[in-house]
Amino acid sequence: MLHDMKAEDIVGDFTEVTLELYGGLSRKILYTEIEIPYPDGKLIVSTTDTVGIITHVNRSFIEMSGYEEDELIGAPHSILRHPDMPPAAFKDLWDTVNKGVKWQGFVKNLRKDGGYYWVKATVIPNVRNGEVMGYTSVRRKPSKTKVEECIKLYPTLF
Amino acid sequence: MSYQFTVSPDFTPDHLSGWYIFNTWLQKQTDNAIHLEMYNDFHDQRVAIQQNNVDLIYANPFDAAMLVREKGFKPLVRPLGISDEAIVAVNADNHVEDVAHLSAGIKVAVTEDPDVHMMGMIMLEPGDLDASNVEMLPCDTYVLVAKQLLKKDADVGIFLAEAYDDLSNMIKKQLRILVRSQISVIHHSLMIGPRLLDQRENIQNTLVQMVDDEKGKGVLESLGFTQWQVVDDEEMEFMIDLMDTLTM
Repeated sequence: MLHDMKAEDIVGDFTEVTLELYGGLSRKILYTEIEIPYPDGKLIVSTTDTVGIITHVNRSFIEMSGYEEDELIGAPHSILRHPDMPPAAFKDLWDTVNKGVKWQGFVKNLRKDGGYYWVKATVIPNVRNGEVMGYTSVRRKPSKTKVEECIKLYPTLF
Repeated sequence: MSYQFTVSPDFTPDHLSGWYIFNTWLQKQTDNAIHLEMYNDFHDQRVAIQQNNVDLIYANPFDAAMLVREKGFKPLVRPLGISDEAIVAVNADNHVEDVAHLSAGIKVAVTEDPDVHMMGMIMLEPGDLDASNVEMLPCDTYVLVAKQLLKKDADVGIFLAEAYDDLSNMIKKQLRILVRSQISVIHHSLMIGPRLLDQRENIQNTLVQMVDDEKGKGVLESLGFTQWQVVDDEEMEFMIDLMDTLTM
């Protein structure tokens, strides 16, 4: 289940927009300009089923997203989707992993409180007995240079 | 029939005798003839694995994918509460406060421990550093990594966190930690090969119950462990997938 974001959860001044998401979902997004720096030395790990529904998150995922674990399990991974991320990036992700290949890219993620954080994400299909059972996504701290490149590039991809 | 047991060459030197004691205990408990072979380095150990000489291995997580997917190994157990973490450290005189402030061309002292090396390099990525723009200074031990920093021959050292914590206070006072990983899910595991697979459940149960036995408990202590916990196939597959994402 994916709920609209609520004003009472947001920290700071926010902008409102409605995002059309994968699978015909749409969501009211409230976002701020507050960046939360990626913590040193940590990995954010999650797994999803084959259609992108979250089945597992680690402690770092919970801390950085601002959601509780029970709000995340069963929700689509697009709960993290920030309006500044071009849909083309996620199309590339799904096209790549559907071929059984690893995908890597730099992603601006949205927090429950409307803030954001940049990650270097790698997504891999979980192949068990020759069948894709889901996907594991691992995020690590990105380089500032790469993030600056993405900040310039991504607005041109809409 | 005699089987071969081997231990990832990055074991803590203090526990060398512990592995021989463990092997003796395991032979008695399982009524198998098991020879413990300690290889000098990862290269020699991997050659032995490729030649199908190894039946039981306390494996580095880096080798888990190859063991499971190419050689038909299955996980048995892991030491409870022990995971592999890495530290990136500098000489205490170094003014760098953040990995992001390190520059291309720096010298990085490392051991050949593959998972620690990988975690350390991931922690250098925020500084736009990778294998193509740093100079690696390979060292045989973590004490030698520390020495390279103390002599200022290396700018940065990558340590297994446990090995760093075990350095003497005198050495640690002259070093400074830039980043300590908090990954939690990367760990060594005891794994069993195809020739012993029919005994998997038996051996797994024997190992898990080791803590309940006075003698077994002593053997665990000699390895620096409190007890073994089961690693099931899916947990191992999860770690292999995770390692796979990190080697990209």
